Amino acid sequence: MKILIKNGRVIDPMNARDGVADVCVAAGKIVAVGAAPADFHANRVIDAAGLVVCPGLVDLSVRLREPGFEYKATLESEMLAAAAGGVTSLACPPDTEPPLDEPGLVEMLKFRARNLPGPRVYPIGALTQKLDGKLLTEMAELTEAGCRAFTQADAPLTDTQVLLRAMEYAATFGFSLWLRPQDVSLARGGVAHDGAVASRLGLPGIPTLAETVALATILQLARETGARVHLARLSTREGIAMVRAAKAQGVAVSCDVAATHAHLSENDLLGFDSHCHLMPPLRTLRDRDAIREALRDGSIDALCSDHTPVDEDEKQVPFGESAPGASGVELLLPLTLKWAREMGVPLLQAIDLITWKPAQILGVAGGHLSVGSCADICVFDATAEWVVTPRTLASQGANTPFLDHAMQGRVRYTLIDGHLDFEAH
Amino acid sequence: MNLQLSADGRLRHLLTLDGLPRAILTQILDNAESFMDVGEREVKKVPLLRGKSIFNLFFEPSTRTRTTFEIAAKRLSADVVNLNIATSSQTKGEAILDTVDNLAAMNADMFVVRHSQSGAAHFIARHVAPHISVVNAGDGRHAHPTQGLLDMFTIRRYKGAFHNLTVAIVGDVLHSRVARSQIHALTTLGVPEVRVIGPKTLLPVGVEQMGVKVFHSMEQGLAGCDVVIMLRLQNERMKGALLPSSQEYFKFFGLTPEKLALAKPDAIVMHPGPMNRGVEIDSEVADGPQSVILPQVTYGIAVRMAVMAMLAGGAAA
Repeated sequence: MKILIKNGRVIDPMNARDGVADVCVAAGKIVAVGAAPADFHANRVIDAAGLVVCPGLVDLSVRLREPGFEYKATLESEMLAAAAGGVTSLACPPDTEPPLDEPGLVEMLKFRARNLPGPRVYPIGALTQKLDGKLLTEMAELTEAGCRAFTQADAPLTDTQVLLRAMEYAATFGFSLWLRPQDVSLARGGVAHDGAVASRLGLPGIPTLAETVALATILQLARETGARVHLARLSTREGIAMVRAAKAQGVAVSCDVAATHAHLSENDLLGFDSHCHLMPPLRTLRDRDAIREALRDGSIDALCSDHTPVDEDEKQVPFGESAPGASGVELLLPLTLKWAREMGVPLLQAIDLITWKPAQILGVAGGHLSVGSCADICVFDATAEWVVTPRTLASQGANTPFLDHAMQGRVRYTLIDGHLDFEAH
Repeated sequence: MNLQLSADGRLRHLLTLDGLPRAILTQILDNAESFMDVGEREVKKVPLLRGKSIFNLFFEPSTRTRTTFEIAAKRLSADVVNLNIATSSQTKGEAILDTVDNLAAMNADMFVVRHSQSGAAHFIARHVAPHISVVNAGDGRHAHPTQGLLDMFTIRRYKGAFHNLTVAIVGDVLHSRVARSQIHALTTLGVPEVRVIGPKTLLPVGVEQMGVKVFHSMEQGLAGCDVVIMLRLQNERMKGALLPSSQEYFKFFGLTPEKLALAKPDAIVMHPGPMNRGVEIDSEVADGPQSVILPQVTYGIAVRMAVMAMLAGGAAA
């Protein structure tokens, strides 16, 4: 299958390219960007005039909900949703049932995913057995089975000695740990940012300290052990400042934020909308603005969707009883574009945060449009407006705080490995 | 919160006092005055809500609040059904919305809801059919609007006006839905100085942003007060490392005659009940001449009648 994507505005951050060009795809590879080879005869021509052609998105956190939570979402539904969101590679956290703590489970997931259309699925292995925070998993075996990194996801790791050992062990092999900094005791019982809004609404709070205290521990251990640490889902201004300082001192850390947190704040909780029950919690406007600025100045390395489809029954309860999380893999691109528009950030820089930079964190080959690389490509209309509704989302989870919001930017085509896995109609 | 007001500004639900206009609060208090004498009549009833069905939906146990709502509804001639869901279908795993739908199918006109989760009344109000009103009888730590209103009614009865008062709320503000409703009502009605007094572990983060002054000492906080509102301290607070002991709490934050003497000589003492004598309040104060704790209970009925009558489209007696 040969595909010619004609006349699109090609934006490829890794190659610092932003300009109108043709992209030629053959046998799953990008064979040319610019003039097509003389002998290139496309089976399919995509007219991308007025559209943007960029590397397929790399999303660092997409919950596929299999195995164990098929009532919330299935591999089929969520991989389709990811493709519809322009995502061609995704990292899948291990908080499934059972958790991804054994090579067999990882191989099974990879096998299931490989036989479905949609993005490349990169499992993140459980850091501890059953995610219970006590015993290490067989990290080397899990890596051979296909795990790209190790994490507790949102499961607590209360024992700092276990964390130290995990870092030492991971550092032995050069494995990455992805950690969401949240002190378990300080966050206990909380459902919202511990601030003026939670006080007003009478919601138990999760203080900023829950993030900064955990960060201080993680950064100190990372410095000491030399382990590669990726800090997932930062949420506070203070936390960002700590990571910025650690990076300046040469600590090997990277970090990401969820796209929701670049736009929303605690103020969005005022009507008790359980769709705004997220983990980490939406924090103050000051925190949100710090996130937006840190994305601009490069202190934050990547944006992800933190896609968490939740069964509607788990949201149709009072705020504090609702399951946290938002569906978002289809909103990653429009929310990134919205941030870029509002901040006056060029598209080249914005797209870097959802393609090349996360690809490096995940340690995979994609995220760019170099000749000879795999043809993972997203073609989108940057100006198309659409409204988020359960019908306009492919995900089985329609739980998003952006329901009924207008979005700008819609994916038209997603190519994965040279196959047209998604085409908007 | 527009959820509780109709397009023409009338009260649709009573969920919180946060954001309700002063005119509506005043109207409720005025209407409550007109219901005050119903309880004194030989036939303690007015026919305003005849034929209406009111369901007391208590997902959390309560005797006092449920009883006063029940009496208020009966004095308005409504049919009242009490459901203590804490001990019935919820324990069988029935979802709140299923419970609400089932009762709505029995032609309910009003739900009086108490629930342990903040926002539960909002959640139900958003879900019910347009002709059904929801009254929040306490949701988590969030709001207890009728208690807040009856406290305002009490203050107005004893002090005449709000614009010249200093009011102190003492104790566990963090966990108190009553305190939050009182603060919103007091600031909306124009009380120039609202104070909260308590140890740092029992005051919510950013409480100043609700328009109150924060004190950590009774001596400073009570000085010159016209109204002292004591909050109930639950024993479980000692377990969460919020306080070392009830004895130490009483020593520093309990209301004794000596501490009350720091307030104005004509200051009144209020408490939403049920009281923990010897924990937050000394019996000598609770039963003393400055205490208006029992009148609060009496006024609670008139205030709840006023709220239910307004929600059902009626006005005064």
